[in-house]
Amino acid sequence: MVTDMAKKPDLLPGTLDMLILKTLTRAPLHGYGIALSIKHLSDDVLTVEEGSLYPALQRLLLQGWVKAEWKMTETNRRARFYKLTAAGRKQLGFEVSQFEQMISAIGRVMSDAQEA
Amino acid sequence: MNLIARFVKKLSILFGGERFASELDEEMSFHRAQVKEELIAGGMTPEAAHYAAMRQFGNASKLREQSHEVVAFRAETVVQDLRFALRQWTKNPGFASTAILILALGMGVSVAIFGFVDAALLQPLPYANPGRLMSVNESDITTPRWPLSYLDYLDWQRLNKSFSSLDVYGGTGYLLRTSSGAEPVQAERVSGGFFQTLGVQPMLGRDFYPGENRPGGANVVLLSYGAWLHRFGARRDVVGQSVDLDHESYTIIGVLPRTFTFAPSGSAEFWVPLNSFSTHEKLRTFYNFWGIGRLRDGVTVRAALAEMGAIAKQLHLQYGITGRNLSASVVPLDEVIVGEVRPILLTLLGGAGLLLLIACVNVASLVLVRSEGRRREIAVRGALGATPTRLVRQFVTEGLLLAGFGSLAGVLVAVGLMKLLARLVPKDMAANMPFLAGVALNAHTGAVTAAVALMTALLLAATPTLRLSFQKVRDGLSEGDGGAAGRLWQRLGANMVIVELAVAMVLLAGAGLLGQSFYRLLHVRLGFDPDHLATVQVMAPGTVYKSDEQTAGLHEEIVRRVSSLPGVESAGLTSMLPVQCNCQIDGIQIQGRPSHGEHNDVDERHISPAYLSALKARLVRGRLFSDADDASRPGVAVINQALARKFFPGEDPIGQRITDDEGGRPSVWEIVGVVDDVREGPLDVDIWPVEYFPINQTRDHYFSLAVRTRQDPGALLPLLVSTLHQLDPDLGVSDEETMNDQIDGTQAALLHRSSAWLVGGFAAVALVLGVVGLYGVIAYSVSRRTREIGVRMALGAQRRSVYSLVLRQAAWLTGTGLAIGLVSSVGASLLIRNLLFGVHAWDAATLGGVAVLLGLASMAASFLPARRAASVNPTDALRAE
Repeated sequence: MVTDMAKKPDLLPGTLDMLILKTLTRAPLHGYGIALSIKHLSDDVLTVEEGSLYPALQRLLLQGWVKAEWKMTETNRRARFYKLTAAGRKQLGFEVSQFEQMISAIGRVMSDAQEA
Repeated sequence: MNLIARFVKKLSILFGGERFASELDEEMSFHRAQVKEELIAGGMTPEAAHYAAMRQFGNASKLREQSHEVVAFRAETVVQDLRFALRQWTKNPGFASTAILILALGMGVSVAIFGFVDAALLQPLPYANPGRLMSVNESDITTPRWPLSYLDYLDWQRLNKSFSSLDVYGGTGYLLRTSSGAEPVQAERVSGGFFQTLGVQPMLGRDFYPGENRPGGANVVLLSYGAWLHRFGARRDVVGQSVDLDHESYTIIGVLPRTFTFAPSGSAEFWVPLNSFSTHEKLRTFYNFWGIGRLRDGVTVRAALAEMGAIAKQLHLQYGITGRNLSASVVPLDEVIVGEVRPILLTLLGGAGLLLLIACVNVASLVLVRSEGRRREIAVRGALGATPTRLVRQFVTEGLLLAGFGSLAGVLVAVGLMKLLARLVPKDMAANMPFLAGVALNAHTGAVTAAVALMTALLLAATPTLRLSFQKVRDGLSEGDGGAAGRLWQRLGANMVIVELAVAMVLLAGAGLLGQSFYRLLHVRLGFDPDHLATVQVMAPGTVYKSDEQTAGLHEEIVRRVSSLPGVESAGLTSMLPVQCNCQIDGIQIQGRPSHGEHNDVDERHISPAYLSALKARLVRGRLFSDADDASRPGVAVINQALARKFFPGEDPIGQRITDDEGGRPSVWEIVGVVDDVREGPLDVDIWPVEYFPINQTRDHYFSLAVRTRQDPGALLPLLVSTLHQLDPDLGVSDEETMNDQIDGTQAALLHRSSAWLVGGFAAVALVLGVVGLYGVIAYSVSRRTREIGVRMALGAQRRSVYSLVLRQAAWLTGTGLAIGLVSSVGASLLIRNLLFGVHAWDAATLGGVAVLLGLASMAASFLPARRAASVNPTDALRAE
């Protein structure tokens, strides 16, 4: 179990909020759905731990970037669905642009390092 | 998302804490169930899947806490801090209760005094647009506000363009006929537009009609709310009824609202239009009325003053008025109403502020001492991982809590004190201070309370924090060495003590000077013996005592009957009792001397033959009046020495003649005697020249009776009243008092007494706080140096040198505090020099005495810890570590 977890790369710090917001752009999801969605979309590379997911969701709620609603799932169970708000959409755009700048900067550094 | 919305959201989560937790639980259990299903679908046994899901999820309660931390205020830690603070206090209740008590005292006193300042000086007068109301009068070189004569008033009203309305008022008294006999009542005569100028409407009935204020107008009267309530049972049908004033029938036309007061009229109950005039009042030089005016929009006070001055000058030229160099005065009305109490209130506010300062500094140093005592606790918490912020927060919480409790108690003290002080103001004086009714916990005082509370909270929160930030955890753990932190505190604590001592010095000096002023005032030379004197005011209805003979007969009969009462030595009548005011003024000339238009104002008193001897005034030259000096004989006068000095320096005044320009009386008076100065004016004013005329040669209906008795004068008063009523039930008898009570009740005595007592009270508290603060610092310093002292003594130091070690420190602190205090005292005393009487602001004896008192108290306070230090057992001290 321990070795199993060690293999998976950690999320880049500060990207969890962005990932959650992104998964919510298509449809409202519950917490499990968000975790699952991130896992599938990343081809099982990224795993969101529950220990991070729920505090993160509370944070997003508090910032007003998502809204929560109790609804029934397809399997007829009550679950809390999170929905992106307009402010959340704006925040996502901001975080994506930040992230892209960061990635390209890291990319530039790394490509330079390879050449050397 | 803005901060406020987030705050509200947090709050809603905080208060819906239960719901938050259950929703989170449900959400997470759903998640776990989904994971489990997923694992079962992947081929795991349900049991294994259950455990795997649990494992993956980790510690559920930790997860819950993490989620909670995101949204919560860290409320738990705040609660923890609060609980800890309260636990600390219950462990050491002396500290908390002392600190709260000191804070409550400082805040309570300041807020209460501010309540008075606010009501008197800050809140507008209860009239429409009060800022535009002016007191409009004549002015004289020595007297800035001099009353108007009625004729001048009419011309001023006609000629001026600065005021939209100009009115006059003048106090008077009537005998009100009631079912139980005649009763003297205060009344005010006002010109017709008086209430419109103020912007006051009667709450019942109507204001005066335009014609009613002209000579010969109907006898109508407006009642004050108090008169309506107490004399007419608050009946609404009172309007239209008639009331008997001075044996004339007046129709009640209305009742003034409850909120209406007009301080210059005191507690006048009956308001009548100015429509009948005495012979004097028809003269242009009989100055008897006070003016108020409402400035037109856009007209400044200065412009109005210039215009009125020009009008006054023009009238003087036109009517050839000489004798007085009068001009006009235009002063905002509120200045006239609160002008007298302003310096006293500001002084008291200053004193209260200093008391608050000393209280805060004292509590701050208490907090500091405690934080010092908790060094090890802080160090241990720090070593166990408490962040500096968390540690600071603990102290901030304690400071805020202390300030909070202190403020609450302070509000209670303030409310109580405001009630108490307002009640201590005597009724006569309260009538002239309508603002007293507004003294309460209102928006203004509430705001000041909040501001003071906030300031205190900041101070108490900041003090230990400041110290904490300088301190290294390491130092704290090794409690043994008195280290840098100890020294730093000592310096900070010492500075605080210096501030406390300096402030205490200022307050003590102020109290000393005010107390001395009060003492001097009470021991000012009166020129007569006030003990064993009973006084009463008498008003004889003019409709009954019409002729001079009748009036003179009444005077004689009163003196005869009263003199024969048991225990009475002598009795006399006067138009006005001594130590009241320099009013009833006469402008005199000396016969045979050229007049250059100078104005010679003297107090004029009409007295019965036995009056001056009843007062035990000393006759210097000539004779007093006798019964023979009646209306059939030429006018005679007795003068005081001040008049003799002023007008007859180096001459014998006996036989000289005084002339005055008032009609209706003999206008030449031959001086037959000179008496030593009897203080006719107030205690705090220099003696004026006074002329006494025989009451037999005037015809006063309103006079006072002074009775010299062998017994307690208070016991005689009821007998005096009943004797007068037996003589004639229609006589108005009022203000029966002993002469000493009368003097104690004068404004000068009251103002000086109240300021001396209040500032004295502040100073006493300040003295205690300052000395206790010094004791704290010295005692603490000794406790820190126990080991050092032990070593010194082990090495052979004598007890004497230990004493001097401790006392030297105390002496240095005291000396510095006193020096700073002394300089500040002189500055502060100069600010209150207007309140001082017979003593200079820099009075060396007072300042020196106060310094010695404070020094001795300080030395006594530091002697206790010094003795403890000197009795240290070296072996114990060395083992103490």
